[in-house]
Amino acid sequence: MAKRVGIEVSLAISEAVKLANVDVIAAYPITPQTHIVEHLSELVADGHLDAEFIPVESEHSAMSTCCGSSASGARTYTATCSQGQALMLEICYIAPALRLPIVMTVANRSLSGPISIWNDHSDMMMSRDTGWIQTVAENGQEAFDLTLHAFRVAEDPRVLLPTIVNVDGFTLTHVIEPIEILDQKEVDRYLPPYQPQMRLDPTNPVSIGPVGMPEVYTEAKKAQDEAIKGAKQVILEAWQEFGDMFGRYYKPVETYRTDGAETLLVTMGSLSETAMIAVDQMRTDGKNVGLVRLRLFRPFPFEEFLAAVRGVKQIAVMDRALGLNGAGGPLATEVKAALYDEPERPYIWNYVAGLAGRDVTIENFVEMADGVEAAAADGVRQGYTIINVRE
Amino acid sequence: MAKETGIVSWKDLALGCSIVKPGSSAELKTGDWRSQRPVTDYEKCVQCGQCYIFCPDMVFTQNELGFYQPNMFYCKGCGICARECPADAISMVEESE
Amino acid sequence: MIEIRFHGRGGQGAVTSAELTALAAIEQGKYAQAFPSFGPERRGAPVMAFVRVSDEPIRTREKIYEPNIVVVLDPTLLEIVNVAAGLKKDGIVVLNTTKTAKEIRKVSGINAKLALVDASRIAIETMGIPITNTTLLGAMLKATDLLPLTALEGPLQERFGRVAAKNIKAFQRAYEETVVEE
Repeated sequence: MAKRVGIEVSLAISEAVKLANVDVIAAYPITPQTHIVEHLSELVADGHLDAEFIPVESEHSAMSTCCGSSASGARTYTATCSQGQALMLEICYIAPALRLPIVMTVANRSLSGPISIWNDHSDMMMSRDTGWIQTVAENGQEAFDLTLHAFRVAEDPRVLLPTIVNVDGFTLTHVIEPIEILDQKEVDRYLPPYQPQMRLDPTNPVSIGPVGMPEVYTEAKKAQDEAIKGAKQVILEAWQEFGDMFGRYYKPVETYRTDGAETLLVTMGSLSETAMIAVDQMRTDGKNVGLVRLRLFRPFPFEEFLAAVRGVKQIAVMDRALGLNGAGGPLATEVKAALYDEPERPYIWNYVAGLAGRDVTIENFVEMADGVEAAAADGVRQGYTIINVRE
Repeated sequence: MAKETGIVSWKDLALGCSIVKPGSSAELKTGDWRSQRPVTDYEKCVQCGQCYIFCPDMVFTQNELGFYQPNMFYCKGCGICARECPADAISMVEESE
Repeated sequence: MIEIRFHGRGGQGAVTSAELTALAAIEQGKYAQAFPSFGPERRGAPVMAFVRVSDEPIRTREKIYEPNIVVVLDPTLLEIVNVAAGLKKDGIVVLNTTKTAKEIRKVSGINAKLALVDASRIAIETMGIPITNTTLLGAMLKATDLLPLTALEGPLQERFGRVAAKNIKAFQRAYEETVVEE
């Protein structure tokens, strides 16, 4: 039976990885991911988890090791963030191209410089076009649940793509909160043993990762593109089944009090729940404001997103990363692109907030909703604002 | 991947663009890269096997008389065998001749 | 929802205090959130840790700006940190000190309700080390109705294992010796 416990979110993620009965963990410690792999190495050392824990010398080696391990047919896990993910990025492109279902937690953190270890979504945005499936957790329970979901989706023979579970560094990873930990029987029912479709096997030799000449590269990328687009159906099925089994249902795009809303906030990650409180306050004050949260970031859930925002007058998109391209944040750019083909497009203002752990308060969300309404009324050309910046 | 075998629909590529037929590189004919071919003077040849050792494509095999003969399906005509032969028994001859 | 801020120095166990409070609350069937002041760990530097306890699920991820309870592990912090910053009107400050309420109010300018305990002495006498985190949890429970006294025994036992008995003793002594001054 599932058990409700008070636990640090990092440790709950480790417990999910243990319950997934992984074969190999190759990881390099980096704040704020450290507690996850530290606990996993303890679980392995103490004999609670029968897995190889490979303490590599860098994140580049971590992902390289994961590729080898996954290609040999082992259920494989790693975790990183920020500069660590930047270092492993070269290999991060290779894992999905080779269709290796590695699962990785990214304890989202800003990118240097200035040197920073605090939470934002810069690393998530850095890896957005690597070809990994990416989900985003809002709280500790989701971090646990989405980790199990990640293995289930990644290893599905119709998918076979690596999957990142984004968990806000510190804001989630270092918080103790009540989480329902499933038991082994329940997890086994949801997550069958990994059945590799192709693996490095001396009795049935294959070459994984050969050169792709110009004659084949385009076709290889087309196949990969189809794979990640096709993954969405499996992601939805796996969430549906998770809900049917354990009562917690997840959707790629979640809405909160959007009925009759004229203004929407768009968020991702742990601050979404803070935004809900702001929405409640604004509704009490008679403002028609709702909230849309992206739980699935890759593949981008176009259909569900468009359905969620259809008919509203204006949208305030909160980005937790700055694009440094003159266009504000990357999420807003994507949202705008998604809406371009719509016959009726809402007005959009982009708010870049919560960089490197800068607090985003309930009042800030009210400020965003009020701000987008005022900008729309004034007809200011669509743009962006960095929240809380000291002038 | 051999260019002769690479012309396929994306739907027919193996998972992750892998090569699922072991040893398929043997089907790649590199012999037509050649503009010169090695010719061995068996009067001079001392059967030392240096050509066999140095050949980057491993085209030489020893015949029943102990002489080394190149497999022209793979020989690219690089000339390393001719340069390394201590007995000066191998000479490179234009393909057109 | 009750919000608590712990002030200590790196290494004194402020984070552990916050964690144990949250674990105890969750074991009681409540909702709770405990988190450190995020960042690198710096032994000796003034640090903070935070707890929220509620009967409803907690959604906010804001930092705590207006605590109901402030707990100060180290008496020397009063002179360098404004420990009562943002304290709610009916809030309480729980202090490790040998001073009287009058002296404290004079030094720090705190007008709020105070709960005072000589936690350092209790810690030395019961455990042999001046680590006051569990001691001050006893003081906090005396001064507030946050949780029943017994709620913390389970988490203390689990966290401290073979030295749990001494910690529980210090915790109980502080509960008895704490003086609350309106």
